[in-house]
Amino acid sequence: MLRWLPVDVSTFGREIDSLFYLIYYITGATFILVTVLMILFLVIYRQKDGRRATYSHGNTTLEIIWTIIPAAILVVLSFMSVSTWAKVKRFAPESDFEIQVTAKQFNWEVVYPGADRKFGTSDDVQFDNDIHVPVNKVVRVHLGSKDVIHSFFLPNLRLRQDAVPGRNILVWFEATKPGKYEIACSQLCGFGHSGMIGWLYVDTPEEYAKWAAEKLSAKPQ
Amino acid sequence: MSDTVAADVAHALSGHHEEAGFWRTYVFSLDHKMIGRQFLFLGLLMLMIGGMLAMMVRWELAWPETAVPGFSWIPEPYMYGGVIPPQTYNALFTMHATIMIFFVVMPIMVGCFGNFLIPLMIGTRDMAFPKLNMLSFWVGAVAGVVMLSSFFVPGGPAAAGWTGYAPLSARPQYTGVDWGQNLWIISLLILGASSLMGSINYITTIVNMRAPGMTYFRMPLTVWSLFITAILLLLALPVLTAALAMLLFDRSFGTNFFIPEGGGEPLLWQHMFWFFGHPEVYILVLPAMGVTSDLLSTFSRKPIFGYHAMAFSMIAIAFLSWIVWGHHMFVSGMNPLLGTAFMMTTMVIAIPSAIKVFNWLGTLWGGSIRFTAPMLFALGFVSNFLIGGLSGIFMASTPVDIYIHDSYYIVAHFHYVVAGIIFALFAAVYYWFPKMFGRMMNQPLAKIHFFLTYIFFNLTFFPMHFLGVGGHMRRIYNPTQYEFLLPLQHWNVFITVSAFCLGAAQIFFLVNFFWSLFSGKKAERNPWQANTLEWTAASPPPHGNFEVQPVVYRGPYEYSSPEVKEDWLPQNRDLGTGTAARSH
Repeated sequence: MLRWLPVDVSTFGREIDSLFYLIYYITGATFILVTVLMILFLVIYRQKDGRRATYSHGNTTLEIIWTIIPAAILVVLSFMSVSTWAKVKRFAPESDFEIQVTAKQFNWEVVYPGADRKFGTSDDVQFDNDIHVPVNKVVRVHLGSKDVIHSFFLPNLRLRQDAVPGRNILVWFEATKPGKYEIACSQLCGFGHSGMIGWLYVDTPEEYAKWAAEKLSAKPQ
Repeated sequence: MSDTVAADVAHALSGHHEEAGFWRTYVFSLDHKMIGRQFLFLGLLMLMIGGMLAMMVRWELAWPETAVPGFSWIPEPYMYGGVIPPQTYNALFTMHATIMIFFVVMPIMVGCFGNFLIPLMIGTRDMAFPKLNMLSFWVGAVAGVVMLSSFFVPGGPAAAGWTGYAPLSARPQYTGVDWGQNLWIISLLILGASSLMGSINYITTIVNMRAPGMTYFRMPLTVWSLFITAILLLLALPVLTAALAMLLFDRSFGTNFFIPEGGGEPLLWQHMFWFFGHPEVYILVLPAMGVTSDLLSTFSRKPIFGYHAMAFSMIAIAFLSWIVWGHHMFVSGMNPLLGTAFMMTTMVIAIPSAIKVFNWLGTLWGGSIRFTAPMLFALGFVSNFLIGGLSGIFMASTPVDIYIHDSYYIVAHFHYVVAGIIFALFAAVYYWFPKMFGRMMNQPLAKIHFFLTYIFFNLTFFPMHFLGVGGHMRRIYNPTQYEFLLPLQHWNVFITVSAFCLGAAQIFFLVNFFWSLFSGKKAERNPWQANTLEWTAASPPPHGNFEVQPVVYRGPYEYSSPEVKEDWLPQNRDLGTGTAARSH
């Protein structure tokens, strides 16, 4: 089933995927165990002439065992999830590469701060739906929305964050492989929700420098 | 207490025997059994509508922007020569979910079986408040009419999803839907009043009107599940009602509860909605668990394994359901530290669910299992709940949820849990049909219905996990617009074909249901040789239910007891001294 996962090109994607795999194996094993037992019981204990069902109201030892084992597994899973979650969502690493992404019905407005590295100044450069970033560089995205809730979803970077009007939410990623990756909106945002597509271009440093020289600095003041 | 109850029953029996007219018998009935049947018919009608909407959603996903055969008559702008436009698509899945949750599962599992079974199973003549009960149904029916009427207003019905996230739902210009969304809100406000009346009635009846000897821990688990459901309804629905009222004010009277331009907070809607919405999931699934427990025990001819564990795990689920709502909001912009806390509580709520599955297995162990149609459907529920429960662990883990949130993985998960309830629903209909209508349903037809439903249910919903792993977002109109989803499109076609087969398989149920209603074999009192009190009454029971007030001597699951020769021992059979004091 997990072969359908899109290629992962982010620094934290491997941690998310390995948790995904771990839970997949645990739940898969549980599913097989319970299903096999159920089928066995259904076959073995089907109605037969002259056999009476066992008169039993339960077994406290068994109850304790099958409470404690799942509890222990679930608690361990929670603790294993905490650090990855904190890494992705709580502690964004510092970086001098910052962009603004503002969602609106039905586009992604991408703003680069320009030479002064400040947003809201005259040298800001805006693009619709296209983001260019250099590979192996931490990118900090200031995510906002102009109208309704959208969700900034980059399947290949294992990144998803709702864009909420009235809030500026900081998300980050670091792409590890050059290429062109799709950006989708994953929160229903109106009739144009489907097709609210953007593209993330992960460039090699040389390509990025060339693009930036052409599009970011060459802009007339 | 027994004297007064017996006197009341005698009074009820003599008092109600005068012939009531057509209107008092079939329309404005005060009899809990007739009200239960009314809820059943309301729910089955809505099930057909909700199912049709799902089929149209599936058509669009498999063959986007092509004409749906047979629908070219629907006028523009709702459809264009049979082609579904995005606006209509959004309305279709919004109304599919709203109808299935609020007008199918709730009316049937809670409204129908709650009404029909509670008084019969606890051994009393009717609900505590019969008039309130009648009002509850008719208010619910009005809510249904209001909801359906929204299909016919300009702009079409609500299109903001069944979750109605603000600000999308809070301003008409964001969806292009004006009155449709208002009617959606108004309908759910009315339905909230209906459910509130029902839940007060259920709680009062269970607390006050149990037959002599029917202690709390001698109640069948179906009654336990409905009791807990009613408490959840009573406490959760007012929160939804408040949120809906605020939303209506934002739309109509210029308030800004959820609109940031006016100082409002969009996430407030989500907090309020899911504070209701998560208990709601258990409102839907607990009665299904109760019914399944009763049926597994009856048809394994064996006491339920761990009765107390089953009752307490439901109580635990009820308590925990209040503190897990944030897991719907991990990527909403809520403080990520809160996400960690909600992950912990969500992992914990999986434990009582696991306990239930293991106890169901324990019930099968050592049984003498009869594969009747209701038993097959109950087993189908267990099998689906197992998958739905396990897939929930993925999204409980916050980092994994980042990737699968709002994807088809979630759609697969909640259909295994919530659409899986349909198995318990069919199990309950096949099991209690003889008691409700005095006739048996056809068993071979019912078994064909089970196998087709089980196979096509899994072929429909299991591949949705693959789509979700591939990143397929939910609620998108045209998956072929996305390059990364193109390699998955054949799964959409596969799912749609399976869904059509699943829909077609329900013809076996409809034919069986209506044929049996008029021509089924006459049912005896206790066709399944079950222990609970409803089977000691006539089929169908008259007004007042019981000829003599039942007195309860033991728990509901004394199958294959060594005390008697036969393999069942009804709750009200007096075996002489000593037994009345036993708790099971």
